[in-house]
Amino acid sequence: MQNYNSKLKINKDFNIVIMGVGGQGLITLLQILAEAAIIEGYDVKTSELHGLSQRGGSVEVHIRFGQKIFSPIVSKGKGDLILGLELQEVLRGFYFANEKTKFLINDYFSAIPGANFKKEMALEILKKLKENLILIEASKICQEKLQKEVLAGIYLISLASFKKLIPLKLESILKAIKKIIPAKYLELNLKAFELAKS
Amino acid sequence: MEEILINKPGKKIILLGNEAIVRGALESGVNFVSSYPGTPATDIGDTFYKIQNSRQRSGSLVSLRGRSEPKAAKFKIQNFYFEWSTNEKVALEAAIGAAFSGLKSMVAMKNFGLNVCIEALVPAMYTGIKGALVLVVADDVSCWSSAQSEQNSRAYSYLAHIPTLEPSDPQECKDFTNLAFQISEKFKTPVMIRTTTRVAHQRALVKLGEIKITSPGLVVGKFVKDPERWVTMPPRVLEIKKELLEKIEKIKDFSENSKINFLIYGDRLSVDKWGVIVSGISHLYVMEALKELNLSLPILKLGFFYPLPERKIKNFIKNLKKVLIVEELEPYLEKEVERLAKNVNPKLKIFGKDLIPEVGELKPEIVTSTIAKFTNTKYQILYTKYQIPVLKRYPRLCPGCPYWLVLSAIKRAVKKKEVIFGGDIGCYMLFGRPPLDFQDYLSCMGSSIGIAHGIKKTTNQKLIAFIGDSTFFHAGIPALINTVFNKSNPLIIILNNETTAMTGHQPHPGKVIKIEDMVSACGVKNLKVIDQGNQEEFIKTVKEFLEKDEVSVIVARRPCIFVK
Repeated sequence: MQNYNSKLKINKDFNIVIMGVGGQGLITLLQILAEAAIIEGYDVKTSELHGLSQRGGSVEVHIRFGQKIFSPIVSKGKGDLILGLELQEVLRGFYFANEKTKFLINDYFSAIPGANFKKEMALEILKKLKENLILIEASKICQEKLQKEVLAGIYLISLASFKKLIPLKLESILKAIKKIIPAKYLELNLKAFELAKS
Repeated sequence: MEEILINKPGKKIILLGNEAIVRGALESGVNFVSSYPGTPATDIGDTFYKIQNSRQRSGSLVSLRGRSEPKAAKFKIQNFYFEWSTNEKVALEAAIGAAFSGLKSMVAMKNFGLNVCIEALVPAMYTGIKGALVLVVADDVSCWSSAQSEQNSRAYSYLAHIPTLEPSDPQECKDFTNLAFQISEKFKTPVMIRTTTRVAHQRALVKLGEIKITSPGLVVGKFVKDPERWVTMPPRVLEIKKELLEKIEKIKDFSENSKINFLIYGDRLSVDKWGVIVSGISHLYVMEALKELNLSLPILKLGFFYPLPERKIKNFIKNLKKVLIVEELEPYLEKEVERLAKNVNPKLKIFGKDLIPEVGELKPEIVTSTIAKFTNTKYQILYTKYQIPVLKRYPRLCPGCPYWLVLSAIKRAVKKKEVIFGGDIGCYMLFGRPPLDFQDYLSCMGSSIGIAHGIKKTTNQKLIAFIGDSTFFHAGIPALINTVFNKSNPLIIILNNETTAMTGHQPHPGKVIKIEDMVSACGVKNLKVIDQGNQEEFIKTVKEFLEKDEVSVIVARRPCIFVK
């Protein structure tokens, strides 16, 4: 722990921020990605919050992997990939974005009670990302094909790996899913993974 | 999850900070664990609870995820007892009793829990203990899951004179827990581990140690009579205080020689004349900053917050021109460094709160730009130039929550403007958010009733005080008795959803004690138990009870949607 290199190297860490609403399973996604990262021999750190987010509030989790990771939180402007499970929540991702950051977003809108913000307004803002944006109706696809909307997260990270948006192999993600997901949900999650691959 | 039980020293697995603390306790052979739920500490109790339950389900150890484990030998741990206690004070007192009887005990709570149990902690430092006692306190910096205040537990280290360790990451969470048990056993004193949200809820690789098993079953303790020790009466109590302060000096020597206070880039001390002092999460942000800026500055990383290794700090600062203390919240370390610098380096320039905020958690980019300023390094944050709207999505009551029915009944029973609504800690904290607006004050556990009494004694206004079932047992009972004993007439609505919901549905005494029996025993005459599904009866009773001259209680009983 105390043996730091006296010669500092600039390491190329990979920083992901995942945003969504309570109940979308973000912490499970975090565990899967962390496991996949250590399968490939990386050092990894994550950050999450428990508690109030459960009750439909905002959820934001961070994962960073590389040779040697210190901060568990992604710094401003240092996000490599922003994963959005909901259209309004992902707008917070701009805080962590720079000109090169990619956004992979679930085209799913959960209205904020009392707020005057419409889905079209979110999409209008996201248009600015141009080719850095991939929008996909993950919730809709998972509901139609697998009757379980909550699988959207697994679908999204599998898709991210397949499209090489995350420098982690599909096999690592698969191994991680098998390790983290409880037995009774495993089959459905594997189906979501396969769906993303196709 | 069963990985936390593997006895494979040297294996590296990913653990949450809180899980790593549990692992550290298991490795130390903990016998007795007590806790009260509170974010960000709840996972500690939840994990012990899961392990205990899985053992009780059958003879062999069932895996924590419901698959039966063929090789039970893989998961041999020292058998321990775990309880969710009624509140943090009795949780600590129970652990003290276990420790008096020679057992290794652990207590876990969030920062506010210390407020509740400090009454027992201060004398426990005087008496000391026999086995071991490790107190884990998790500060919710930035109040991600807290009302009340942004409270810094470090202040209690001074008040109680309790040795305090501050881990930065999950590995240290485990290692410092091991060390805390060692210190506790060696010096016969409680030891505190203080974490914050970003440490408790951080996941990272942890190298496992060996799980020690001293006895196959639950260890049976023995309380040995020793009133000179366990009884804190004067004048003996003042003698004990002297002994405590002498003990702290010995622990200070231990701290001076401890590896958990260490130098990074110490070889640059003579070169740079600039240094940084870190503790807890700030350590990680400073390391990140140095990596980002491609710098190597001498850093003193403090694992001990109390007692501080003063000689080590003096050695660090004596030849520096300037030092930066990267510290979250109040400037405790900064003030200590100022005091120590007076002797060894009066010309030292000390930077801290002038550059680092005192409110809210540290962010890595703030630390990086501060280090850049401190070292006159150019630093620019890259970001997108898009203007994005700031949307707040607040947590709300779950769809189908029984509390919606209470609110709809009250809306029809009274004019909101004419009634004062008292709030308390639990899911019903969310009654305040617009457009609900059923909350006029919200302070701390049990204060809904406590404050209601004061308002009712001094005004002529109507008042409804909400309190949850778990909170009622935790702190509401003395407040309720006070309204009877000292005669005030608030309407108290006890929201009995049969669980401690906000923190993850932990059990509470309502399982064995009927709330209405307790209320009746407190002398309350105006008492009704109503399922709020029965809207008409609820509305009628609220109207009726608001006219009473004595305290009245409605127990609104309907289970949380997550209670089976």
